[in-house]
Amino acid sequence: MKYSYYPGCTLKTKAKDLDTYARISAKALGFELEEIEEWQCCGGVYPLGTDEIASKLSSVRALNDAKEKEQDLVTLCSACHHVIKRVNDDMKNVGDIRTRANNYMQLEEPYAGETTVLHFLEILRDRIGFDVLKKKVVNPLKGRAIGAYYGCLLLRPSEVLAFDNPENPTIIEDFIRAIGGTPVIYPYRNECCGGYISLKEPQAAQNMTDRIMDSAASFGADSLITACPLCLYNLNMSKSGSKLPVQYFTELLAEALGLIDKNEEVQAS
Amino acid sequence: MQRIGVFVCHCGSNISATVDVEKVAQMSLLEPGVVHAEDYQYMCSEAGQARITEAVKEKKLTGIVVCSCSPRMHETTFRNAAERAGINPYMVEIANIREHCSWIHKNIEEGTEKAIILARAAIAKVTLNAPLKPGESRVTKRALVIGGGIAGIQTALDIAEAGYEVDIVEKTPSIGGRMSQLDKTFPTLDCSACILTPKMVEASAHDKINIYTYSEVDQVSGFVGDFTVDIRKKARSINMDKCTGCGVCSEKCPSKKISSEFNRGLGKRSAVYTPFAQAIPNVPVIDRENCIKFKTGKCGICEKVCQAGAVDYTQEDEIITEKYGAIVVATGFDTIKLDDFDEYAYNQSKDVITSLELERVMNAAGPTKGHLERLSDGKAPKNMVFIQCVGSRDVTCRGKVYCSKICCMYTAKHAMLIRDKYPDVNVTVFYIDVRTPGKNFDEFYRRAVEEYGVNYVKGQVGKVAPQANGQLLVQAVDLLDNKQILMEADMVVLATAIEPEAGVRKIATMLTASIDTNNFLTEAHPKLRPVESPTAGVFLSGVCQGPKDIPETVAQAGSAAVKAIGLLAKEKLMTNPCTAKSDELLCNGCSTCANVCPYGAITYEDREVNDHGIREVRRIAVVNNALCQGCGACTVTCPSGAMDLQGFSNRQIIAEVDAICR
Repeated sequence: MKYSYYPGCTLKTKAKDLDTYARISAKALGFELEEIEEWQCCGGVYPLGTDEIASKLSSVRALNDAKEKEQDLVTLCSACHHVIKRVNDDMKNVGDIRTRANNYMQLEEPYAGETTVLHFLEILRDRIGFDVLKKKVVNPLKGRAIGAYYGCLLLRPSEVLAFDNPENPTIIEDFIRAIGGTPVIYPYRNECCGGYISLKEPQAAQNMTDRIMDSAASFGADSLITACPLCLYNLNMSKSGSKLPVQYFTELLAEALGLIDKNEEVQAS
Repeated sequence: MQRIGVFVCHCGSNISATVDVEKVAQMSLLEPGVVHAEDYQYMCSEAGQARITEAVKEKKLTGIVVCSCSPRMHETTFRNAAERAGINPYMVEIANIREHCSWIHKNIEEGTEKAIILARAAIAKVTLNAPLKPGESRVTKRALVIGGGIAGIQTALDIAEAGYEVDIVEKTPSIGGRMSQLDKTFPTLDCSACILTPKMVEASAHDKINIYTYSEVDQVSGFVGDFTVDIRKKARSINMDKCTGCGVCSEKCPSKKISSEFNRGLGKRSAVYTPFAQAIPNVPVIDRENCIKFKTGKCGICEKVCQAGAVDYTQEDEIITEKYGAIVVATGFDTIKLDDFDEYAYNQSKDVITSLELERVMNAAGPTKGHLERLSDGKAPKNMVFIQCVGSRDVTCRGKVYCSKICCMYTAKHAMLIRDKYPDVNVTVFYIDVRTPGKNFDEFYRRAVEEYGVNYVKGQVGKVAPQANGQLLVQAVDLLDNKQILMEADMVVLATAIEPEAGVRKIATMLTASIDTNNFLTEAHPKLRPVESPTAGVFLSGVCQGPKDIPETVAQAGSAAVKAIGLLAKEKLMTNPCTAKSDELLCNGCSTCANVCPYGAITYEDREVNDHGIREVRRIAVVNNALCQGCGACTVTCPSGAMDLQGFSNRQIIAEVDAICR
């Protein structure tokens, strides 16, 4: 099975781990991530202005590229996923945005939201199946108490993202179980990490990440996993006394599938 | 040729602001048959009606068109006026130029043009009207009340006191309803059971009241004054005549771990049970889904211990068919499910409960024997947080858009009772608005704040986070202080929105009673006929019609009873003469009409007909005028055009359409 893959800027720079481990895990699980050619930055933030069209176009290009290849479009970074999924929803359901974006795009056939956008986790859950994943695990993460950190971008607005219950999500916990770890459920797993406010008001963001860290640690987590580079950055800035290590979920996936050593060779070569 | 008079109403400025009423009258005069046209400020007033009767006499009118509000509002008024003037009331047609025209148009030219067209259509129709005479139908002097809560009990008592027989059908094993689950009632803080149970006893002891508990309405047919209802008496597995209510069966029942509905899942009950000690009737029910005897065939302990020999495992559902003149719906409410509100951690923490659950916790007969304690560890709480509008006034599609109306008052009650009994417990209430209209209601809320020191904070709660140490962290905002709040609480109580009882839509469908998108039954008129359903003979009592508290429910219950009594007191009812009629020369006996008739009003007869000199016996559709409600389904389905609706004949409808399209 081949999917169109939109990595996004951060996965080429600061968040290489998120990307690399996803690619080798995908191969081991029997699907291929085919990177879209000449993809452009998603913008990082979904533009809420209804007359803001230009900054949505990079998403539309990626979506249309996948459409032309008749493939589903896969993302990894929470921010990219959020932007592309919402732009896709606009192209499907908001006539004005669709018309104006297509006026810019000058495509042979106008794009109208035909592509299915999937997060890598959704492939694991809905296409591979966590039960199948569990059988492919060679190195179960026994004894690891792992807290899922969702952040907000994957979950909200829930009617568009349609990812999981925004107040009580379970997909990452189910993933942790599938790779042999023990999920730690703590109430702050779906609270905002502060996002970009960490640049302007670092203290405000730090208060938020401290609360997340303290909550996860108090429920017995020994590490956190996330799908979002910005969340990972902010969580790492926490000065909480109970600071936990934070990893991308794909790294744990690769570890459970027994690919970590091979990966180092891949990176070396 | 008919002599038609047209009367155009201004309805104050309701119509005249967007319709040139004088022009409508002038233009009507140009229509064939119209010999009189005038406009007047309030046609429905006494003076307006007098103008109609005078014109009938002076101009010798044979047909009347009133251009006014919806016929649902004043058709009867103008028909009566016509009758007083000496012409058949069915020679009146209403052109609805208010709801269908002036209220929905802003431009006076457009509005006037449309009003003229609507008047023209009504004139075309009345030209073809023929006098009709209503028939008569009997009234069965017996009422059915669906639901045995305080609304149903009060309605039944009031009807019975007027001397009519009443049956109450209650789906649970006992009457009493939600009120029986409450601890205290606002604004007087008297004990709910103390004021309810005497009424329950009165109802059960009343010789005119017959109570079917553990029963449901299965089927309804007929019409106002003459309903036929099938009541399903579910198999109780206990012989009600033999049972003494000693309770030994429940005590000895080995299957004891079943979640108690009466205690909102906070306590346990056995498989053979009465929901609560003061239940009426005091006869248990065997819950067959959880009974070991019914599941495995073994056990039978209750039968062995029953001294009265009342246990009967072979009992089956029984259908009772009864006739009624009036039906009162009093099906009540439940709290909404909170599965979509996980930010309040209701499903995650035992210490987050609904207000109705708190009623059980605070009740001496409840799961904690009335002690205020955390359900997770039984510890006494020090800090309690109440969250109002959980699912009420909610525009996110998770809850209800309406205000549940009772929550502000019961939350003030809970807060006050807790501060009174446990003065060392801090109580904080988060609210959007505090709404306490009602006699002695605002005074009550102010007592909570001023005398009992309840801390009211304006602001919504964003999250209730269960902590590892068992505490709940409440994250909120104080809108008046513009501050974020983080507050530790031992218990959180959610003022959960209420919604109509789940089965009400099914009942409304059986009764052909209208129901809104929130499953509240619709009134015949929101202001002037608030306890009547638009379906004749069906009345509304209690929360099934809209959120209301106990005093309001009791008032409405009495009002519904009065309406039912007014109906039952009549010897005969006039039937609607606008019924279907089959033309025996055109009918080919195909049965299509009988298949679509929702009232079972069409039967077939073999009848001798004379078709252009050919005499033969044919199978012909015959309409029972007493059963026909004039819905017109048969007339549109009849392939040979034999069915016609009197007063709304195919010719009349086509004439209207032609007039509109002219």
